[in-house]
Amino acid sequence: MPDIGFLAPYDFSPLTILSFALVLAGYGYALLRMAPEHRPGSVRIVAFVVGVLLCYGVMQTRFDYYSQYMFFVHRGQHLILHHLGPFLIALSNPLPIFRFWHEQMGPSLRSWLRPVGWAYRILQQPVIAAVLFVGLIYFWLWPPIHFDAMLSRQLYWTMNWSMLLDGLLFWWLMFDPRSPVLTNALGYGKRILILAAVAIPQMILGAWIVFSRGMVYDVYEVCGRAWPMAPETDQLLGGLLTWIPPAMMSVIGILLILRRAMHEDGRFVKPSRLAGENS
Amino acid sequence: MTKRLLALILSVSVLALTGCFGDEEQWHGKDISGLMPELEFELVGTGGQTVTPQDSDGNIRLLYFGFTSCPDVCPTTLTDLRKAVNQLPPDDRDDVTTLFVSVDPQRDTPERLGSYASFFGDHVVGLTANEPELRELTKRYRTTFGYDEPDANGNYNVSHSSAVYVFDRTGKARLLLRPGLSTDQISEDLAKLARDA
Repeated sequence: MPDIGFLAPYDFSPLTILSFALVLAGYGYALLRMAPEHRPGSVRIVAFVVGVLLCYGVMQTRFDYYSQYMFFVHRGQHLILHHLGPFLIALSNPLPIFRFWHEQMGPSLRSWLRPVGWAYRILQQPVIAAVLFVGLIYFWLWPPIHFDAMLSRQLYWTMNWSMLLDGLLFWWLMFDPRSPVLTNALGYGKRILILAAVAIPQMILGAWIVFSRGMVYDVYEVCGRAWPMAPETDQLLGGLLTWIPPAMMSVIGILLILRRAMHEDGRFVKPSRLAGENS
Repeated sequence: MTKRLLALILSVSVLALTGCFGDEEQWHGKDISGLMPELEFELVGTGGQTVTPQDSDGNIRLLYFGFTSCPDVCPTTLTDLRKAVNQLPPDDRDDVTTLFVSVDPQRDTPERLGSYASFFGDHVVGLTANEPELRELTKRYRTTFGYDEPDANGNYNVSHSSAVYVFDRTGKARLLLRPGLSTDQISEDLAKLARDA
């Protein structure tokens, strides 16, 4: 019999539940109300919902308990929050939903949200986005910081939310469906470059954890593990999860972008060049 | 312009860094001020009575999770704590209360817990509760415990935190004593904490 208790949150966070509920409700409402020609197909809807539910699952179910008391489960949690979940959400291309809600907004709300737009544009500068993406992983895995984050409830939630939000920003920048030829979306070459660049430091960090002889993260020792597993095994598995899957996701991301770049090759011509040819 | 901005950023970050690390007190244990909530619990004492932190108010409290059938970690830790407390100046010795919380209520009856705790000194208080309350308390201090499968004789191992949580006289969380500290180091930290307030 499936254990329903597993689905109950370990550390109940009303703010988290509210945010996820609002996102899903906002998405569903927009789907029903938007013009059919803009509505995303079923695969995209499934990708979005699966991405959101994955992130919710690792934050507000029993999974979170194991993430707090097992290093490798914690790495799995961040793999979903920072990589897999946002990857699926960005790939599902929720742009029509954004557009729908943008049209619903009154002008006062729009001007009120303007600072958010500024912050967004700064964070989406390619160099800043790449440094932030890798920097957050290194920051939260820096042993003294990691120790504090696992001890303090507030820091723990800050850590998980910062990973999720940064993951969303980063993968959205990578998979932005707007063509860089026609809009000011980031060029495909730059996207590929960033994906390759962020893979390397993640591989180094993962390999360092895997090959460390001593205990790098003793907080799991101090606070007790969820079940008796050898500390070396826990650290080894955690290191592998930091090393291999993120590197693979960079590769998959690069392949997806290459495919799109090849599809678009020659399909769009820059307006300026068009004008030049006519003259 | 850029230069001035750079200088500003540099000086602000230096200020921020010294603010963070400059006048930090030096402890042997891990400073957990502000990271953890203050001492709060409602447990059952060895006489069956309800025990709360108010019973030891004004004392420095050492909170430790374990179980009396613990083969090595718990006796070693409790012995170290007793030695460390005995090294304190006589006036301070009575101001330190060790709260030994058994996370094995199945086997640790009040009597058993009482004789075990008193073995490690007069100021060691044996406490326990039902499992749900223990889960709540360990969750509050971001630790956990788990039971192994019992062997043929019904004995089983219990995984628990190996650290000691130190609370000051007002009940604020102050230090986390990780395993590996010497009794001298623990004693120094406790003496400093006793002088603090």
